[in-house]
Amino acid sequence: MNSNALKVNPRDNVAIAIRQIVKGEDIVVDGVKLLQAAEDVPPSHKIALVDIKAGGVVIRYGEPIVQAKDDIRRGQWVHVHNSQPIERD
Amino acid sequence: MEFKGYKRADGRYGVRNHVLVVSSVSCANGVVEALGRIFPDIVTVQHAYGCGYGPDDWGTSFNMLSGLVNHPNVGAVLAIGLGCELLKAEHLADAVKGKPAEALVIQQAGSAATTRKGIDIVEGFIRQLEGQKREPAPLSELLVGLKCGGSDAFSGVTANPSLGVAADMLVGEGASVVMGEVTEMIGTDHILKSRCESPELGEKLQKLILGHEKYVKNALGELAGMVIAPGNIDGGLSSITEKSLGCNAKSGSTPIREVVDYSARPTKKGLIIMDTPGYDIDAMAGMAGGGVQIIVFTTGRGTPAGFPAVPVIKVSSNSTTYKNMQGDIDVNAGSILDAGKTVKDVGREIFECIVRTAGGSLTRAEINKSSVFNCLKQGATF
Repeated sequence: MNSNALKVNPRDNVAIAIRQIVKGEDIVVDGVKLLQAAEDVPPSHKIALVDIKAGGVVIRYGEPIVQAKDDIRRGQWVHVHNSQPIERD
Repeated sequence: MEFKGYKRADGRYGVRNHVLVVSSVSCANGVVEALGRIFPDIVTVQHAYGCGYGPDDWGTSFNMLSGLVNHPNVGAVLAIGLGCELLKAEHLADAVKGKPAEALVIQQAGSAATTRKGIDIVEGFIRQLEGQKREPAPLSELLVGLKCGGSDAFSGVTANPSLGVAADMLVGEGASVVMGEVTEMIGTDHILKSRCESPELGEKLQKLILGHEKYVKNALGELAGMVIAPGNIDGGLSSITEKSLGCNAKSGSTPIREVVDYSARPTKKGLIIMDTPGYDIDAMAGMAGGGVQIIVFTTGRGTPAGFPAVPVIKVSSNSTTYKNMQGDIDVNAGSILDAGKTVKDVGREIFECIVRTAGGSLTRAEINKSSVFNCLKQGATF
């Protein structure tokens, strides 16, 4: 099966679309079907692999990159509309 | 693993054996250019300063050029000066250790006679270097620069993580890799700090990154936000931390062993961070001054820029750029997006390209003679 998304680090809770993904399409990483896209995801953008609660961190490259503004469901597109930079001291 | 290189008096190995002709001041560039026309296979360095600047910029350019004339890829050096400048040709020739070096001063004889003398000197150097042979050296003798420029949305997805795989393979062989571009580390100071091998080193690196962040904010004011530009957001990057992690991905996953100044030679093996700006040419100059024998340069939009005396390997993040600029790109990481390859596959391709290049195989930038020079300058011009 042709992959349409990449997971950079085993700890990541998002995958990266390597081409345009449409709602309902299977998300395939390393030839393995992981879930279905809950909405359209543009190429090079992020898809949640698990449910992420509001305030929870989004992990890419094995590191926290942003936190969820609202609850993000598995299969949803993750970007600036539903996440924000993590507050630092 | 091994490669065959030119053993130097200081114990380092060159992957090339160039005759380098360098100006000490921009006023002398005409003679350097003339010698480059007569001997197309020598490496010439013409720069924009050497005079008319303050002591800090003098020091930066002298340290960088001293690193370049002493570079292991250089077998002999001719420095051309004007005579009345701050950074003199003799300073550069005197800095060269353990290989032939000469200096010529234009005000003593005029440019035509200086060029004629230069021709004799360069011919002599070429004859001397012809007799030198490559010898086997362990891969641990390699110092490789890691660079990204003209990035796009896929740079942090394909090309940089692949280069990270190659960087880990090099470090696994006992070699060293140098990552610069501290501006591109903003937002990841806390993460890179935790990758340092000692708490003291972590503090030093964090301070350096926060210093650059402050510098960018002071210098650019409202425009500081440009370090995460609208184009980055369109490409799917949601924070400066995410953008910088994509840049850092080219360093792989090994601990940070040392943090060095601009164009300083690392003293440790493994992953080294160098204080360079993000600007491609100035960043490559810093790495070259520090003695990297090869630079691997990932690019999304594509760039032909190489650097004098240092082979630059270009890795494209997507296949469109590769097709548009096939004659400029050495490895296409876009194959991860459209040809079923993995990041690991392309990482291995990059590693193999580095080993081939170390043994003498020419990069696209070398074939194209796309060798551009500039050196960091931060102060006023007088």
